[in-house]
Amino acid sequence: MDRALWVSKTGLEVQQTRMAVISNNLANVSTNGYKKGRGIFEDLIYQNVRQPGGQTSEETILPSGLMMGSGVRTVATEKLHTQGNFISTNNNFDLAIVGKGYLQIDMPDGSIAYTRDGSFRLNQNGQLVTASGYLVNPGITIPQDAQSITISRDGVVSVKLPNVVGENQVGNLQLADFINPTGLEPIGENLFLETVASGAPQVGVPGADGLGRLMQGQLESSNVNVAEELVNMIETQRAYEMNSRSISATDGMLRYISQNL
Amino acid sequence: MDRMLYIGMSAAKENMLAHGINSNNLANVSTTGFRADLEQFRSMPVFGPGLPTRAYAMAERPGIDFTAGPLESTGRDLDVAIQDQGWLVVEDENGQPAYTRAGRLDITAEGFLVNGSGYRVLGNGGPIAIPPAESVFVSSDGNVSIKPAGQQGAALALVDRLYLVNPPKQELEKGRDGLIRRKDGVLDPIDLNVKVQSGALEKSNVSPVEAMVKMIEISRSYELNVKVMSTAEEVDQSSSSLMSLS
Repeated sequence: MDRALWVSKTGLEVQQTRMAVISNNLANVSTNGYKKGRGIFEDLIYQNVRQPGGQTSEETILPSGLMMGSGVRTVATEKLHTQGNFISTNNNFDLAIVGKGYLQIDMPDGSIAYTRDGSFRLNQNGQLVTASGYLVNPGITIPQDAQSITISRDGVVSVKLPNVVGENQVGNLQLADFINPTGLEPIGENLFLETVASGAPQVGVPGADGLGRLMQGQLESSNVNVAEELVNMIETQRAYEMNSRSISATDGMLRYISQNL
Repeated sequence: MDRMLYIGMSAAKENMLAHGINSNNLANVSTTGFRADLEQFRSMPVFGPGLPTRAYAMAERPGIDFTAGPLESTGRDLDVAIQDQGWLVVEDENGQPAYTRAGRLDITAEGFLVNGSGYRVLGNGGPIAIPPAESVFVSSDGNVSIKPAGQQGAALALVDRLYLVNPPKQELEKGRDGLIRRKDGVLDPIDLNVKVQSGALEKSNVSPVEAMVKMIEISRSYELNVKVMSTAEEVDQSSSSLMSLS
């Protein structure tokens, strides 16, 4: 049928995707370490109906042709890895990263995932794990009789043991950074995976080589801005309405011709 | 049969094409840096013997709307919007320079600066490559500088300068991939007066109100042309009933 129908359909699809992204952002407004997403849209290829510069006679050429666009598409939905706000929790096992970098998590399948969500706890063996129970890499085991735990800004984990003077180091936390964090693949549970686009992880000591520092007793909150999302939602809804209006206009034109001829 | 029917038909057909262009603008109402296509009709007189009454309509896209779109603040360092007029230069699929306003930049795993569609962004010396950096800044005159990774308190290091151009608008046309190019294919020299805004993106310059009004106009014009066709049919019918021997 008419191309305008299909062009408007691509417009509806894109606005629908955008709405889904906004809804997901709003749903995760209080998820620790969540990074907001956004859709990226691109116009589809153009079709030459009449080539500009075509010869209209031996001496003259067509000054402008007829090029028709074929709509719009979603190229990608990307994560914006900007810093979220810090919430002070005073919980010894809560960590926030100030600056760049990701904490490394050992996945059950042997791969390594990356996260900004530092709300850790201990499992039954005294190992430091995420809320989902995945081990933190490098592994940290806290002795059963530890009185207190301290995590320094550069990732040194130390505990106070009874009848021992001074602190006992039990491990070092490391951070990984990527040249293109946008290329990381979100897999849920506040975790990201390395991809070809993100580049290889550069692991280092927190605070060195441009990596962020660790803050004990703080959490990084979601970087979703509610006001921004609501404005985006209004815009999306109106754009959706206008595209559906365009479909009904095309429908009206086609109905008119079939009824009147 | 009267050829008036064909006049109506050609006009209705061209109305449909114009509606397609307008729908494409509406569909791209939220595409970063999109430039609206303009549509217009041209009369194509085809005069034969007798009275000069035959002028067909032809829709065409005479050009692109080059007005700047509204800026949306995103706060991301690698989002750049061009203030007022001017273009970023990217390398298209064939390695040729092409112009775009979509300044949502990213760094690839190889360290190249690319825009949202994956085209490499050109600087003074070819595609811009970013060394490992803690953060990247784009100044208002297009200088790309980085805070080098692993050097505490190091000064910002200048990497390259965005290749910004501002050619005369009549020289530009939109390609099939939506990128803008010069009609004669040459690359313009750098224009030092083009200013960019970092931390913002330029939205589509499609005016939704204008597109909606245009849609009404095209719909009504279409109906009028269909009316011409049905009138032509009536005229034919009455002449055939007049002639019929009952």
